[in-house]
Amino acid sequence: MDFSFSEEQTLLRNTIQSFLQDNYDFDSRKAIIQSEDGMSKENWQQLAELGLLGVPFSEADGGLDFGPVETMIVAEEFGKGLVIEPYIQTVVTCGGFLRRASESQRQEHLSKIISGEEIWAFAHAEPQGRFNLSDIKVNASKNNDEYSLNGHKCVVSGAPWAQKLIVSARTSGDQSDKDGISLFIVDKSAEGVSLRDYKTVDGSMASEVTFENVKIDSSSIIGEEGKAYDLIELVVDETIAALCAEAIGAMSVLNDATVEYCKTRKQFGQPIGKFQVLQHRMVDMFMQYEQSVSMTYMVNLKLSEDELERRKAASGAKVQICNASKFIGQSAVQLHGGMGMTDELNVGHYFKRLAMIETQFGNADHHLKKYSSAS
Amino acid sequence: MDLNFNQADIDFRNEVRDFIKTSYTSEMKAELRRSKNGSASKDLHVKWQKSLYEKGWIAPNWPVEHGGPGFTTTQNYIFETEMAHAGVPRTVPFGLSMVAPVLMEFGTEEQKNKYLPDILATNVWWCQGYSEPGAGSDLASLQCKAEDKGDHYLVNGTKIWTTMAQHADMIFCLVRTSKTDKPQSGISFLLIDMKSEGIDVRPLITLDQSPEPYQEVNQVFFEDVKVPKENLVGEENKGWTYAKYLLEFERGNSYSPTLYRGIEKLKSIAKETSIGNGENLIDDSDFINKLNKCEIEIQALEFVELRIFSALSAGQRVGPESSILKTRGTELQQKLQELSVEAIGYWASPFVYDTFANINEPSIGPDYAMTIAPSYFNGRKTTIYAGSNEIQRNIISKAVLGL
Ligand SMILES: Cc1cc2nc3c(=O)[nH]c(=O)nc-3n(C[C@H](O)[C@H](O)[C@H](O)COP(=O)(O)OP(=O)(O)OC[C@H]3O[C@@H](n4cnc5c(N)ncnc54)[C@H](O)[C@@H]3O)c2cc1C
Repeated sequence: MDFSFSEEQTLLRNTIQSFLQDNYDFDSRKAIIQSEDGMSKENWQQLAELGLLGVPFSEADGGLDFGPVETMIVAEEFGKGLVIEPYIQTVVTCGGFLRRASESQRQEHLSKIISGEEIWAFAHAEPQGRFNLSDIKVNASKNNDEYSLNGHKCVVSGAPWAQKLIVSARTSGDQSDKDGISLFIVDKSAEGVSLRDYKTVDGSMASEVTFENVKIDSSSIIGEEGKAYDLIELVVDETIAALCAEAIGAMSVLNDATVEYCKTRKQFGQPIGKFQVLQHRMVDMFMQYEQSVSMTYMVNLKLSEDELERRKAASGAKVQICNASKFIGQSAVQLHGGMGMTDELNVGHYFKRLAMIETQFGNADHHLKKYSSAS
Repeated sequence: MDLNFNQADIDFRNEVRDFIKTSYTSEMKAELRRSKNGSASKDLHVKWQKSLYEKGWIAPNWPVEHGGPGFTTTQNYIFETEMAHAGVPRTVPFGLSMVAPVLMEFGTEEQKNKYLPDILATNVWWCQGYSEPGAGSDLASLQCKAEDKGDHYLVNGTKIWTTMAQHADMIFCLVRTSKTDKPQSGISFLLIDMKSEGIDVRPLITLDQSPEPYQEVNQVFFEDVKVPKENLVGEENKGWTYAKYLLEFERGNSYSPTLYRGIEKLKSIAKETSIGNGENLIDDSDFINKLNKCEIEIQALEFVELRIFSALSAGQRVGPESSILKTRGTELQQKLQELSVEAIGYWASPFVYDTFANINEPSIGPDYAMTIAPSYFNGRKTTIYAGSNEIQRNIISKAVLGL
């Protein structure tokens, strides 16, 4: 057993840290959010130049051939910077599907992701399904060599910026059957695809995506027809592992900011950090953070284990991260007093991002149930 | 002890219900439903308060001699419960339940005659100038100063977090009138006209990102502002006593009626929210147990409130026990907001810049979901303002337990 990072991994971390230092202070981020695009194309290009968009892909596919630990490092650092650009959506989630796609699909698409030419989004959740991965109503019916796609996907993260979507759709079976779900690569500009784009409370963007008789060639299916559920669960677990890493990055900033603030803010003639009740609160924040870091390492190290172990690891980590996100986010605001309530200070923005991570791909209750059923 | 209503109480309840039906219009409902921070336009608040005034119900806690309705404890309970159940706008407290009790207790006859009728009729909008950048929890360290210039005071300094100051005609301020060893003993309570020369109000945007003019709080700057001497309340340098008197009114109200309304809303959301597999959130026992746990805690608070308020008559203050109400009330409110965010799942995510401006555009998720996340973010304020909950616990430990 060894929990140390290799030299190469440390180098990777340093590269990202200096990128963020140069490009991602709080005001630059704010300007990006307020810009017309809502993200920075230049930053995205720089991520490509640094090789970061190729982290999980094999050398044969043009990537850096790194594993979950490296993805974890990237996501953690991006969490510290509250990075808006859709790295997890494109590289971890959609990249996760594409890594397992056919030779010709990998050839066609991965180079465009790695070079920064294309952004991708995963259109999966539906209003009636909530966090249930198999409750899919969007329907793809086959006619000769073509599918016709119909239905509505909600809150598709990163979709306003994407060129391509990976869409889960029902090709057979009943609404919540695990069998009968297929994955399709869909061009966002295809006829019949319409989007309602909007900002999200954490500064990112998402869309409501509607498909109306969208024609898809059968060569655009990922894997076997009707057999996508296991792959979806795997890639969602990988995404959860990356989201956990993003969350611990955000938590670390909040904890540092809070400790620093309590050392400097004076009331009653002394730094408020001298009040024992606040000390204990910060100690609890710190302990929650340490446990979250540990669970994040755990899940990232267990992603390649057998299915049951992996599912337990992902759900266990997500439960810890959800609870800690809530506690740390709320406490950081509380200890900053009125300042913590302002849009001007970064604290509230981290709090809001953590609140959204709690929901993404299932909240604590959902994953506690999943954990119990896997035990 | 008796929990039942008599016939007169039931008649009164019907009267309250009828009043709400005619006065709380559907336009008001539509506007308030879109609020991200609990407040709406000034017009709405004024219109609503004036209708209460005309009915004689605007100030349930005022003594009859000043225009209070003289409700019995039971009537007051019914009144609050019905109002909360209907989700009417909250009565803006700065005039009616903050400065008014201070004026009644410590003001001159002239001040009472000048200010109280306009507060009652919502002709004049007040705001609260207590906190400063350097003086929050430690309020007594405030620096905003008022110098004696013979016939007037000259005020210089700043107040921060001033709720709805952009709408206010008057501000009641704690100002420093003398530098003494004990900071509490050099403070005075001053009433200042917001239209005075030298006052500048700048918006502060909070986590819900409600834009101007719907911002909740502001910073108010005073530069050589002249305030007539007659605007001093009570004695010079005795302001701290009045300030604390006011705070017990600020904290000592009942929270449970609004909290029950939160539970009702959450239950209806849970009924409508599909969680996959043909089930709704209301079928999820994990969630429902959390909700019911919350409801039981609300009931515990409700009966604390009833015990406290039934021992008081109108115009009396609660005392340091008000800190129990503030602490539990706000914590439960936050819990409900947390559960609401949980309930709506992904619909917490869409951001609406200005909910009022988009009144004709369909919301992205279900209509009820639109303001839930911003209200949760905004709701973090309740354990910070009116004396943070850490401070409330300090008060209980000192003033009630004698620790
Ligand atoms: C939305 C909103 C509206 C407001 N409206 C008004 C208004 O209309 N008028 C007005 O005058 N003020 C208003 N306030 C200000 C409010 O009363 C102050 O924010 C509050 O008193 C806390 O002060 P502070 O923000 O300076 O925080 P600080 O006092 O700096 O507190 C920071 C943290 O330290 C903790 N702390 C401080 N002292 C102690 C202690 N002795 N023991 C333990 N913990 C301690 C606090 O609990 C808090 O967690 C409003 C605030 C908000 C957020």
